[in-house]
Amino acid sequence: MKLIRRQDHGVPAAQSGWPQALDPRLDRRHFLRAAGLGGLAASMTAGLVKETEAAQEPGAINLPQLEQVKTICGNCAVGCGFVGEVQDGVWVSQEPWFEHPINLGSLCSKGAAAREHVISEKRLRYPMKRVNGQWQRLSWDQALSEIVAKLQEIREQHGPDAFMLLGSAHHNNETAYALRKFAAFWGSNNIDHQARICHSTTVAGLANVWGYGAMTNSMNDIRHSRSIMIIGENVCTSHPIAMQHILTAKEVNRAQVIVVDPRFSKTAAFANQYARIRSGTDVAFIYGLIHIILKNGWEDKRMLNERTYGLQALVDEVGKFDPDTVENITGVPKAELERIARTMADNRPGTVIWAMGGTQHTNGTSITRSYCALQLVLGNMGVPGGGTNVFRGHDNVQGATDLGVLSNTLPGYYGLGAGAWKHWANVWGTDAEELKSRFTNEKMMQKVGFTVARWYEGVLLDAEELGQDVNVHAAFYWGHSTNCQSQLDRIKRALEKVDLLVDIDPFVTTTSILPDRPDGVYILPAATVYEQYGSVTNSNRDIQWRNRVVSPVWESRSDLAILLDLAERLGFKDSLTRNTQAAWEGVPESMQDVKELPEETYASIIREWNLGMRTIGMTGQTYERMKRQQEWAHAFDIKTKTAVGGPVDGEQWGLPWPCWTEQHPGTHILYRTDIPVSQGGLGFRARWGTQAPDGDTLLAANGSAPAGSSINGGYAELKDWKTDLTGQVFADAMAKELAPFGNGRARFNSWNIPDPVPAHREPIHSPRPDLIEQWPTYDDVKDHYRVPTLYKSLQKPDWVKDYPIILSSGRQVEFEGGGNSERACWWLVELQPEMYVEIHPKLANDHRLKHGDWVWIESPEDQDGKPSRIKVKAKITKRVGPDMVYLPFHWGGMLEGESLASKYPAGYVPYGLGESANIVTNYGYDRVTQMQETKTGLCRISKA
Amino acid sequence: MAQTQVTIPFRESEGPQAKHAPARLKFYVDVKRCIECGGCEVACKNENNVPEGIARIRVVTVNEGEAGESNVAVPCMHCSKAPCVAVCPVDALYHREDGIVQVNKETCIGCGYCLYACPFGAPQFPKSSPFGARGVMDKCTYCAGGPEEPFSDRERRLYGSNRIAEGKLPMCASVCSTKALVAGDGEEVANVVRQRMAARGSGGGGWAWGTAYPESK
Repeated sequence: MKLIRRQDHGVPAAQSGWPQALDPRLDRRHFLRAAGLGGLAASMTAGLVKETEAAQEPGAINLPQLEQVKTICGNCAVGCGFVGEVQDGVWVSQEPWFEHPINLGSLCSKGAAAREHVISEKRLRYPMKRVNGQWQRLSWDQALSEIVAKLQEIREQHGPDAFMLLGSAHHNNETAYALRKFAAFWGSNNIDHQARICHSTTVAGLANVWGYGAMTNSMNDIRHSRSIMIIGENVCTSHPIAMQHILTAKEVNRAQVIVVDPRFSKTAAFANQYARIRSGTDVAFIYGLIHIILKNGWEDKRMLNERTYGLQALVDEVGKFDPDTVENITGVPKAELERIARTMADNRPGTVIWAMGGTQHTNGTSITRSYCALQLVLGNMGVPGGGTNVFRGHDNVQGATDLGVLSNTLPGYYGLGAGAWKHWANVWGTDAEELKSRFTNEKMMQKVGFTVARWYEGVLLDAEELGQDVNVHAAFYWGHSTNCQSQLDRIKRALEKVDLLVDIDPFVTTTSILPDRPDGVYILPAATVYEQYGSVTNSNRDIQWRNRVVSPVWESRSDLAILLDLAERLGFKDSLTRNTQAAWEGVPESMQDVKELPEETYASIIREWNLGMRTIGMTGQTYERMKRQQEWAHAFDIKTKTAVGGPVDGEQWGLPWPCWTEQHPGTHILYRTDIPVSQGGLGFRARWGTQAPDGDTLLAANGSAPAGSSINGGYAELKDWKTDLTGQVFADAMAKELAPFGNGRARFNSWNIPDPVPAHREPIHSPRPDLIEQWPTYDDVKDHYRVPTLYKSLQKPDWVKDYPIILSSGRQVEFEGGGNSERACWWLVELQPEMYVEIHPKLANDHRLKHGDWVWIESPEDQDGKPSRIKVKAKITKRVGPDMVYLPFHWGGMLEGESLASKYPAGYVPYGLGESANIVTNYGYDRVTQMQETKTGLCRISKA
Repeated sequence: MAQTQVTIPFRESEGPQAKHAPARLKFYVDVKRCIECGGCEVACKNENNVPEGIARIRVVTVNEGEAGESNVAVPCMHCSKAPCVAVCPVDALYHREDGIVQVNKETCIGCGYCLYACPFGAPQFPKSSPFGARGVMDKCTYCAGGPEEPFSDRERRLYGSNRIAEGKLPMCASVCSTKALVAGDGEEVANVVRQRMAARGSGGGGWAWGTAYPESK
């Protein structure tokens, strides 16, 4: 199926035999003949002969000389590569990077429009601030002076916790790491990023089952699958290039593709089996499958006996979910359920793929664990073609998660405990006491901060209701959209109330436009990902080096440059830019007007995170190895991602973590025991000790250790493996073929979190009042990530009387996240010019709506006492069932039917304006992580 | 990556059949693979500087939301017996020897006959008032520029890039997400199709192949 002949590295193309007849340099003559102008040929003969002769010499054509730069797409987390072509410092074109092992040159509309992110006329050109309701240009120096003065004032009055920093999944690893370190030196845990509302429930769910919270296999590995269950994910729209691998598995392996979704998505059109599930009932659906599998004895007994803990607890819970009950809850006919269970059992290995459809629920952490349970029962873990393939959203959301741009942990999932602070102070070469002095007190230093999902409550609620003593007075949106956060009308009020609002982005975003306020807002132009060096981690843990295509355009600056300038003005740049081994290279004495940092600064930061990121083995991916892989991309096999020959022989593409040492090839497939640890093998992580509270062992059974292990059974984690900076523990472990994190059991029973065994709970806004009593939501929580969180007090059976329609939201292929970048690119807006709501023909006719009519969508009033509403156009389609409507969430720049265009700085109105879905998505947050419940809500519709 | 790297399937000039026949460039649109990601549409705009309102390639979805939903990317198919060439009253449309159908924008009078003749809706006209003048026709060039000096500013302005002259495939097919849109010499394309059909165990998938290339096997 290869489109092109892959050539040996370095063979010049001139030798490859371009047929004479195709030689374009002869076109002119053909044209003359075809156009009947042959008579002229005689007089032009000399010239044509010359042209023909010239054709024999390679390189004779006057091609423009372009610099070719390999880089990584900055949209979704598939991690596609492409080549940017630069002429005199200007990005003039894009070429496919055919040798790139993940995408083989392919790009979707977003990737194909990468160049427009840089050349768009809507790119921010200089810093601005709002003065008396008008946008005013100012210099970087003045902007940062004013911002820092205000920040210091707020700090003196209210302390460090009055600041909220919203980071970004578009920052590269080094910037993400520096941002987390910045927050530590500022002295607050109020830092978070998109992962909170993306896959936080996956990370918490998976980590609590088997140790790590990441995708276990890879996009490429799906080529080994024989069954593929896609549940709560629309691959064609959200991760288009992954379809290349899925369709190959379907064609070559005859893999069975099963799509489970409330919506007949584009991906469903490629499925062998499609099940329309009611939104938010995933646990019941999965338990229905497990029920059937266990009843028929299709489970993998060896996996269950040797490598799992808590099976009986699962069996007890699953017992409640016979096919009839499941049909009643989910709406999936039991015959279909049985057919899917049989298909998964008959076609192993099989993989389960999910995204926001599985995560954005009040019981999201239960849902993600139920998927894990299914894969453990089927024995699909730790095998090629199996695994839980969690498709993450942004280009570096995995990396920014790993590097701890989160309010609940320091980099590397160390948490916020005293031990974590000690470890990182050790890496940073800082005194832990000095760090403590930056915080309000030790208690706040170890307390989880506000999240992206709820930070605004820190502004709006009384300080007494919060989990900290002060309100939030300053907020930085740094590469983050407001319109992808639910309760957007409350966010608007918070943005109006904070003393200082700073929006750092390549484009004007809804953050600056939404609030009605005359002043106190700053817009700072940041460079796009294509104007910055750095490494990025894709969904399947591949760490790839991204070259800078061009220097930051206009007055924009790289995120790292802005960060260091801020740190300099706040007085901790020197502490920030050094570690226990060395100071970062290439950092200028003064950051004044410095647009970007050189490549060696990023290399220094990589060495620093290599030193500290022990827990997940981000220790062996050196800058030099990343660069070498980029050069040798052609040497990697597409199916196994393993290099054959050359200096990269045996390495896995992207050195997926854990990559314990500089000799380790990376771990392509997690928890795989048929290969030795030194080659990427692993057992499950022994994270919770050796014995469960009920007395059962948590260590794997004898005979289940990775191949070649010096201990042929379960063992506890090695001493000091998380904190030893010398590398000796890892080196010894590799010599003995032991996993530093031990060899434990995956847990069906995670006793340390709410709902130890995953539980079905009706959404807060359930359309089925008859089920609420049996499957109620959680009790309200007073202080969760510093905010009170409502569950039972909001789950009213009579919501559905006034709001009878299920409301769900999702993606469009042309846009991503808040869409502030993509809606400023007209190539993309031309394909998708308008916001709309998908409505089934029956529902439309019942409401007297026709295709293209304007529709009001109203959501329940929740705690505000005021219903929110948006006005959008009706798209009549059978994608949705008659019980629901569906909204894309990328839109902004309109509010309640009114355009906000006049609030943009002149000339910066994006090409695409539309109502934000998140004005009407309902209240609801995951019990473990505060993930917003935007996939399941209620609404009513009426003709506008 | 070397600037001159050839990224196009080519016919061997040696081998048992000593194939010296000119290549015949074709498109293959695999409806079992197209996912309507829009990559081809945007890549075309990016590569050829196509103005707003002109779609040299577009993806069409049929049976949306129902079983049997399919997507089709529709460029100019560069037909063998191209109806547009047949109806053009001023011979602005013509075949290159490699099968690419090109338009000479300086000869075109914008009459629109080709639009009615084309079974694929490939000819594009600048938008104006409903009864206003059409302006000259623009269409997919197979990324082969037009009847101008290759790589000249004039060619770039009138027709866009000339990737064929650089030894590269059309941009749309080069970046296709799922390799649904395949471009190249007919024989090479047929090899790709053959492999896919063998894997699928049944025919189908190739859209409009018979309409565009009636004499091909």
